[in-house]
Amino acid sequence: MIYWQIFLAFFIPGILGYGGGPSSIPLIENEVVNTYGWLTVHEFSEMLALGNALPGPIATKMAGYIGYQQAGVLGAVVALLATVAPSMVLMITLLGLLLKYKHSPQVKKMTQLVRPAIAVLLGIMTLDFFVNSISPDGAGYIHTIIIGVASLLLLGKWKIHPAYVIAGALVYGAIFL
Amino acid sequence: MKQKDLFIAFFRSGILGFGGGPSAIPLVHREVVLVFKWMNDEEFSDVLALANALPGPINTKMAGYIGWRVGGFWGMMNALFATAIPTVVLMILFLTLLTAHKDKPWVAGMSKAVLPVAGVLLGILAWDFIVKSNKTLGWIWGSLLILASVIILEFLHIHPGILIAALLIAAFVLGSKKKDKQEKGGQS
Repeated sequence: MIYWQIFLAFFIPGILGYGGGPSSIPLIENEVVNTYGWLTVHEFSEMLALGNALPGPIATKMAGYIGYQQAGVLGAVVALLATVAPSMVLMITLLGLLLKYKHSPQVKKMTQLVRPAIAVLLGIMTLDFFVNSISPDGAGYIHTIIIGVASLLLLGKWKIHPAYVIAGALVYGAIFL
Repeated sequence: MKQKDLFIAFFRSGILGFGGGPSAIPLVHREVVLVFKWMNDEEFSDVLALANALPGPINTKMAGYIGWRVGGFWGMMNALFATAIPTVVLMILFLTLLTAHKDKPWVAGMSKAVLPVAGVLLGILAWDFIVKSNKTLGWIWGSLLILASVIILEFLHIHPGILIAALLIAAFVLGSKKKDKQEKGGQS
């Protein structure tokens, strides 16, 4: 039963996440936080931050970890399979057909029209993260503002690599929080 | 030999690619086109376009397909394994270690401090998506779709999967209409 749930939780983001791994992040959050309640928003954001500090594709890292956490090694295998297999099968079987249509207006429109919805999903998640962070369980108002403004400058303005910013936040947290 | 090369190529591009799959694409390109010469530039961009037309993580799609072309079924499994597994293991070790020491105050502090950074990272990603969608759809349609998505997701609480499926169907219908127009325009 748990394996079936894990499969569904990653199969849906896998087939609906247009535009690569990052666009499936909010879809994964919706399943594992809202639908199944395996993680809290705080736990999810922690996983996302640390996942960003480590190398490799983000969607498979999250699938592997959540699968493992819920149902051990087999859970991780099921989650990875659900993330990777559907698009893999499509890619190999539909190859000839897709190469013919790769410049077709439908294909371009698909990514274009899905984008605003993904933007909103990401925006809602961002808001959730900050609401959680200013709550007493999180870092509180002052530290959230300090860390938030610092990371916005470092990541957005000076284009510092996320791995360094996350490492910096970990040190800050260990000392001040 | 081929299998070993496949493993090396995708292990390297997986473990060196920080910031999610799409940012590792140049690394994959380097291995596949420049180092091991399994494809030329044109073939690679064709496969990339194809992978972009399908849902799901981009990196594993590229790895699986290239592995399949170079080394058949086991090549595919090998390339997928090399891309995903090492970093998944790292992730599990790292997070399990952190959860095990959660009751220590300094570990709890780390976990709290990382939240706003995750928020900013996502916020930047969201902003990129907004800018891109306004660029490709025009800001009027872009903003309308964003507003509609907010209402559908936050106030009507409809599952995002349903919204995205509806958008994909709309894209298909709109796309084929445009194509008809172009074809008719071409004839006249």
